[in-house]
Amino acid sequence: MDTELDFDTIRTIIENNAGKIESLIDSYVDKKEQLISLLQDIQSEYNYIPQDVLIKISQKLDIPLSQVFSVVTFFQAFSLKPRGRHTITVCLGTACHVKGGQRLVDKMERDFGLKPGETTDDDRFTLETANCLGCCALGPVVVVDGKYESQVNPEKLGKVLKNYE
Amino acid sequence: MVEQVRKLLDKKLKNTGELEKLRQAVLDKRDTSRITVSVCGGTGCRASGAEAVVEAFAEEIEKRELQVKIDFKETGCHGFCERGPIVVIGPKKIFYQHVQPEDVQEIINETVLQGKVVKRLLYIDPATSEEITYESDVPFYNKQTRLILGANGEIDPTDIEQYIAAGGYSALSKALFQLNPDKIVNEITSAGLRGRGGGGFPTGRKWQSCRTAKGDVKYVLCNADEGDPGAYQDRSILEGNPHSVIEGMIIGAYAIGASQGFIYVRNEYPLAVEHARIALEQAIDYGFLGENILDSGFNFKITINKGGGAFVCGESSALIASLEGKIGEPKSKYTHMSEKGLWERPSLLNNVKTWANVPLIINKGADWYSKIGTAGSKGTMIFSLVGKINNSGLVEVPMGITLREMIYDIGGGIPNGKKFKAVQTGGPSGGCIPEQFLDTHVDFDELTKIGSMMGSGGMIVMDEDTCMVDVARYFINFLKGESCGKCVPCREGLAKMSDILDRITHGEGKPEDLDTMMDLAEILSAGALCALGRTAANPVISTLKYFKDEYMAHINDKKCPAGVCRELIQYSIDPEKCTGCGVCARACSMNAISGEKKEPHVINQNMCIKCGVCYDSCKFGAITKQ
Repeated sequence: MDTELDFDTIRTIIENNAGKIESLIDSYVDKKEQLISLLQDIQSEYNYIPQDVLIKISQKLDIPLSQVFSVVTFFQAFSLKPRGRHTITVCLGTACHVKGGQRLVDKMERDFGLKPGETTDDDRFTLETANCLGCCALGPVVVVDGKYESQVNPEKLGKVLKNYE
Repeated sequence: MVEQVRKLLDKKLKNTGELEKLRQAVLDKRDTSRITVSVCGGTGCRASGAEAVVEAFAEEIEKRELQVKIDFKETGCHGFCERGPIVVIGPKKIFYQHVQPEDVQEIINETVLQGKVVKRLLYIDPATSEEITYESDVPFYNKQTRLILGANGEIDPTDIEQYIAAGGYSALSKALFQLNPDKIVNEITSAGLRGRGGGGFPTGRKWQSCRTAKGDVKYVLCNADEGDPGAYQDRSILEGNPHSVIEGMIIGAYAIGASQGFIYVRNEYPLAVEHARIALEQAIDYGFLGENILDSGFNFKITINKGGGAFVCGESSALIASLEGKIGEPKSKYTHMSEKGLWERPSLLNNVKTWANVPLIINKGADWYSKIGTAGSKGTMIFSLVGKINNSGLVEVPMGITLREMIYDIGGGIPNGKKFKAVQTGGPSGGCIPEQFLDTHVDFDELTKIGSMMGSGGMIVMDEDTCMVDVARYFINFLKGESCGKCVPCREGLAKMSDILDRITHGEGKPEDLDTMMDLAEILSAGALCALGRTAANPVISTLKYFKDEYMAHINDKKCPAGVCRELIQYSIDPEKCTGCGVCARACSMNAISGEKKEPHVINQNMCIKCGVCYDSCKFGAITKQ
């Protein structure tokens, strides 16, 4: 997905791609048990899971909407809200915690008014936290759009984020 | 010609003879006179820029047509993640750390072409300040027994032929043709292997009950939902040597009579997912998965399922619910998984590390394996030695090593001359071990005796600057967020504990809070539905037991001795040390620091939000925390 698009454009793309989503859902029709994989496919395509897609999944796979909704809200990997152009994931695993990971979350709140799970008004950043990204020897770790940054302190985080508009 | 093309396309090995022939052919093709250059491509080294180093080597080798001289590969995780990107030059294994793309020319010119060592890239032992040239002399490595992790640094995980050349799939061939299912289960049982995911349940017993369980369809599952924060050995194995896990699973499936396997892996480990996927495709192409494996008549396939990012899914019944497409809520276990697991069928669930031990045991035999380790815990264990420690990374040691050897000999002690305070093991269900137990021999039973547990091998070292109340609060908050909410003791008990710990760290604690927490801990361990809840109070119990004075300092004196809890500390500037450089004032986002140029600065306490940025920025140590 082009990261420079705003939400309205994304919305239009999804509407224009309705056929694509339908065929994706169709490919899971006899694989109800793979609901989580289907949701992951949709999430990785669109960065979030729109409401009407939830309804479509429920109808086509014959799973109660309440169950689809419960799965989407149970697992951290899924978002019901569109995300910003850049996703910042701050690791809060134990090793990152003892080395000051929480201070990075605090900085995001100070500088951008962001709490975990939120997106800036200008759609620039979405802040997320992770339980552990498995880079424990390099903590505190932050991942911006899939790129890992190691031994990050608040000052370094500020510098890193300047590269993402 | 057509025959040749067909042969090229069809790599499927039809029997063990063909496997051995391929192994020999790969070995024969190797030119041992070539210098090997291995760049670590694990997630850790990638975070430090390894991909650019790999590119720089590839470009340089191509440009200068050095392919005949250099055998270049990107391998899995070497374990010493903190020193990445790591480059190892064979055959003598010269060890370079923190390598950047601009160092590549020099490494090729000096080391590869002339055999000279580039001194500035060598590891310096923090204990002796000595430069160390060879990997085998680095204390971090030379006290380890790397049975499982060793191959990570030798093979390219995306090339099955390298795994085969290193002896890969010979255990499968032995299991299929020289042993029978009963003998395989016996080997695993007499090897004394215990589950490496945390519980330490005897693996052989699990296999046996699954083998005898009634059912036409059985499943083999790999738990790669490595949720313990501070542990990443499963990630490293799946990334660096995925075939060892797959081979273990095929052997397990043959032993219990399963035809389908699943790898349930964390969504947060994209590289592990990718490498496992490539490995599965190659295993199918080479005939290790699919129909009639190596002409044995045995059929088996494996599917990868990505987790949705829920810690509780590491719990067996929650993992199964998630595999079935439901939310990951645990169930009461009236029947064992080995009888009724996935889709109510007999299922064998083992951790990544447990599976990776299987080929080793089958190849070398139970007698050999059971000689390693302690009376009750056999083999090696992989720990992630992280936190406030000099040599940080993955460490594989025989069971029974002492904590002191781990932390001081392998880990090189605590950085910056700070004092050791505790080591946390076992993830959120584990505990914090104080200094008095440093001579404990680490195995499943000994760690439990001192109020912690093995867990999946996380070992987070804490120094005098770590607040133990904050650590307890961290784990309780973690578990509160990850509790599935199904049973009341866990959902409500953790929320209450979290409130109390929040209050204590804010300086609003009362002495009776400690008793309330112990009461809650008892209720949790007696009444929660699954292991997450039953063990959830462990971080509180162990910190209260060993670090009660820190709790009392927070409650009675309203002080955080470690200087962590924000509400209880104050930053100030020492006028003697302050040079008036103004760096802190510029760094402060609240404009709380003022002062004339070259004159000592002051912090306006009313404006200070205690973010600690000034403390980090001062090069003169003039800012103090109290």
